[in-house]
Amino acid sequence: MNAPPPTEPVFIARGLTKTYRMGEVEVQALRGIDLELFRGELVVLLGPSGSGKSTLLNILGGLDTPSSGEVFYLGQRLSGASEAELTRFRREHVGFVFQFYNLIPSLTVRENVAAVTEIAPSPMPPEEALKLVGLGERLDHFPAQLSGGEQQRVAIARAIAKNPSVLLCDEPTGALDSATGVVVLEALEKVNRELGTLTVLITHNAGIAAMADRVIRLSDGRIAEVRANPLRKPARELSW
Amino acid sequence: MRALNIKLWRDLWHMRGQVLAIAAVIMGGVATLVMSLSTYDSLVDTRDRFYREYRFAEVFAQLKRAPESLAERLRALPGVERLETRVVAGVKLEVEGFSDPITGLLLSVPDGDEPTLNALHLKRGRMVQPGSEDEVVLSDTFADAHGFEPGDRLAAIIQGKRKVLTVVGVAVSPEYVYQIAPGAIFPDFKRYGVLWMGRHALAAAYDMNGAFNNLALTLSPGARAQEVIDRLDAVLAAYGGTGAYARKDQFSNRFLGEELNQLRTTATVFPAIFLGVAAFLLNVVLGRLISLQREQIAILKAFGYTHPAIGWHYVKLVLLITLLGVTAGTALGAWFGQGLAQVYQETTFRFPYLDYRLNPAIVLFALFVGAAAAISGTLFAVFRATRLTPAQGMLPETPAIYRATALERLGFSRWMGAPSRMILRHIERRPVKSLLTVVGLAFACALMMVGNYQKDAIDFMVDIQFRQAAREDLALTFIDPTSGRALHELEALPGVTHVEGFRDVPAILRFQNHQYRSAVYGIQPEGVLHRSLNRKLEPVEVPPGGIVLTDHLASRILHVRPGDMLTVEVLEGDRKVLEVPVLGITRQFLGVSAYMQQDSLNALLREGPVVSGAYLAIEPGFEHEVYARLHERPRVLGMVANASAVKSFYATIGEFVLFYTMVSTLLAGAIGFGVVYNSATIALSERSRELASLRVLGFTRGEIAYILLGELAVLTLAAIPVGMLLGVGLVGILVLAFTNDLYRLPLLLTPSNYALGASVVIVSALLSGWILWHKLGRLDLVAVLKTRE
Repeated sequence: MNAPPPTEPVFIARGLTKTYRMGEVEVQALRGIDLELFRGELVVLLGPSGSGKSTLLNILGGLDTPSSGEVFYLGQRLSGASEAELTRFRREHVGFVFQFYNLIPSLTVRENVAAVTEIAPSPMPPEEALKLVGLGERLDHFPAQLSGGEQQRVAIARAIAKNPSVLLCDEPTGALDSATGVVVLEALEKVNRELGTLTVLITHNAGIAAMADRVIRLSDGRIAEVRANPLRKPARELSW
Repeated sequence: MRALNIKLWRDLWHMRGQVLAIAAVIMGGVATLVMSLSTYDSLVDTRDRFYREYRFAEVFAQLKRAPESLAERLRALPGVERLETRVVAGVKLEVEGFSDPITGLLLSVPDGDEPTLNALHLKRGRMVQPGSEDEVVLSDTFADAHGFEPGDRLAAIIQGKRKVLTVVGVAVSPEYVYQIAPGAIFPDFKRYGVLWMGRHALAAAYDMNGAFNNLALTLSPGARAQEVIDRLDAVLAAYGGTGAYARKDQFSNRFLGEELNQLRTTATVFPAIFLGVAAFLLNVVLGRLISLQREQIAILKAFGYTHPAIGWHYVKLVLLITLLGVTAGTALGAWFGQGLAQVYQETTFRFPYLDYRLNPAIVLFALFVGAAAAISGTLFAVFRATRLTPAQGMLPETPAIYRATALERLGFSRWMGAPSRMILRHIERRPVKSLLTVVGLAFACALMMVGNYQKDAIDFMVDIQFRQAAREDLALTFIDPTSGRALHELEALPGVTHVEGFRDVPAILRFQNHQYRSAVYGIQPEGVLHRSLNRKLEPVEVPPGGIVLTDHLASRILHVRPGDMLTVEVLEGDRKVLEVPVLGITRQFLGVSAYMQQDSLNALLREGPVVSGAYLAIEPGFEHEVYARLHERPRVLGMVANASAVKSFYATIGEFVLFYTMVSTLLAGAIGFGVVYNSATIALSERSRELASLRVLGFTRGEIAYILLGELAVLTLAAIPVGMLLGVGLVGILVLAFTNDLYRLPLLLTPSNYALGASVVIVSALLSGWILWHKLGRLDLVAVLKTRE
């Protein structure tokens, strides 16, 4: 079960730095990142809190802009893009999965997914996305009626239903127990495999790294190590 | 507790926009309360002091003529304390450079003495000197309108004789705090004046030497006005008495009383609305604050703060907001109150002084009412806060439970995208809050409508009165009833296009145990100038042989219906008592009247075709010539020119209308903005995470604004029709509250008034929407990825 052969990179990052001002303190979140991410890959960004992995993910997802350096999406320059261009980029190409699911409580499972497919250019039907994550049954339930793992799977369905080029997941299992977490990871793995979507997964949990094609370890705003897994371990076999 | 107090100030600062918006609503309530109560207090105090210091009489009577010797007999009547006889004469006045007709009332003052009753307060100059032949004191309204100063001269036509008078003083009288010409609808300071002259001089000019035709008296302690009136009437009947009346029926005093009633209504209805809305807003805002501070509350409790300490913390927060609102409201109310008192003094009521006084009790009362409303609105949220156990508080709030709305279950869902469903479900999940938001906004609309109602009502009443009912250019009265032939002479005057005679006679109307002092007007059945209007306000002919009454007079005062026999006790000549059938009901907003055909009235009075006066239509451009000709005629007692009266009336009330429009716009705006801004801010606070998540997922700012502002828009649109209904209701309350024989307000709401009401709501919503749009631009997208609610 090898990754498809690397072709044109989906993302290219060159010399990315990011400096925040937090009150009177300057925080250097990224100190020069060079990176290429490819179609179909499942990449795990690993690192302790403060290592800069979320900042990197936010820049890749068009939520934030680098202080210096450049980032390209399929040859298109993201650094320096306008707010409206970034919104459009997220809308058409990026799927997000959040640590706390961030479902809309007033919409049912189906509608949460539909909210995104209604505005995407070439989405799949919401039911199909939900089936993919194993939630073909509870379409008309509201988030308050679902467990945490189920809510996160709805969030994954919501992220993939637009047929994104990239799926960005920030600690998707962070709020879940390990058994439920595995179910969520299985869903992500299945999406990555069946749809060939580049999937970037942030975690500080080294146990998850085994399911990745590549593991990128960040430390103090720099890439400390890039490791390719010759063999991806199925999510089902993970535990932590 | 020090640290908690610091937190209090920071919380207040953090939510300063909302604090200000709520304080503004409280301010509106307190301002109306303080304005109305302080003006009311000031006017009542001023009136009472003025009446007392200047010995305002308690019973008044007008008669034809009685010898002065009769006075001793009258003074001996039981119940009479002090009685003063007078000579009172209606006159025509001439002022240089002013060609409109002016009528006046000349009253005698005792020679050499201060009047024992109805004393004058001199504002300038001096009283008339004993024995002077031509000195007069002018009422200050008339003097000010024409710029008269002591030493100036004017002429009066008394009994057909022209007499030049010298102004020696300018004064105010408790009898004429509200000054209006007899038969006129509005005060007109330029065309009606009250003058005081020495008794001897006036009696000489009016052929009343050794006689009197008017008296005023005070009652001895414990005496009842009605008994004294009955005794007086019995004596005066032989001298042409037209029926004595008590102070409560004295015109100026009555009108003042009605105006004060109106102020009291303002002091209750409007503050109640404002404070109710403020209570609701505090409840909503504090409820949200507490749910945001669940964790903090839990931590404080874990540290060992007691329930009462935490409860008190939030009560203090509310009290600070209230204090802010009450302070601002008191200041604004005092400012409004002074303005209103000033406007009253300038346009309506003349007091020698007007002590504007803000009673500290009113401020305390406002503070108490404001705090009570605020605390009652907040108690529930505070109670919930103190009930939380520390462990519960640290857990996130359970996610809100939603369901499909009724509209969707009905099958409308297929036309709704996810954002529209979010809007509807959010509204439906908190039905009470949504409803109260709608009601609060609706009140803003309603208040605006009430504020603008006044001008529309006046326009309408003027239109009905002067373009439908009394369409004459000039109404003139003769000194005595005159042969109908006089009308031909009037018709012959150049510029006079039409003449209609009328006969009016003072009378007491009785039915069963109800009675009313008025006059019966005999008018022309086919008259085109002076007409009576039916319930639909269409002109109708007065039928022959009977009487037609104003609806208010018939149903509210006399309780008489068409078909009943009305007793008419004529107060003129040989004082006949007649039975006249009631034939119909007319509608009229100003005053009340009893109409008959002139022929029928002449026949009842067993007289020939005599008239008391005439209504004239005058070709435009000829007015002044006609006035001048009529002025020369000795038999013409008085003239009232309608067009100029209306014009001057509008000039007088302009200030009033402006004042009310300003106040109501300010207050309606405060409520409208207070409600929308708070609802919107809370909605944003409750939903910022959800909206930011959608932004991350690729929704544009416009698309999330639709979700947030769409809810606001739905509530705003729902509030407009509700507000219009409430506006009609509030105007209805006004109409019911101010129904009396002086005037009735029409239940009338013009399209422009509806539009103004709606516009307050819409402008408030747009303004809040604009602020929110900017806040949405600052939504922190990164934070939502990392935080839980």
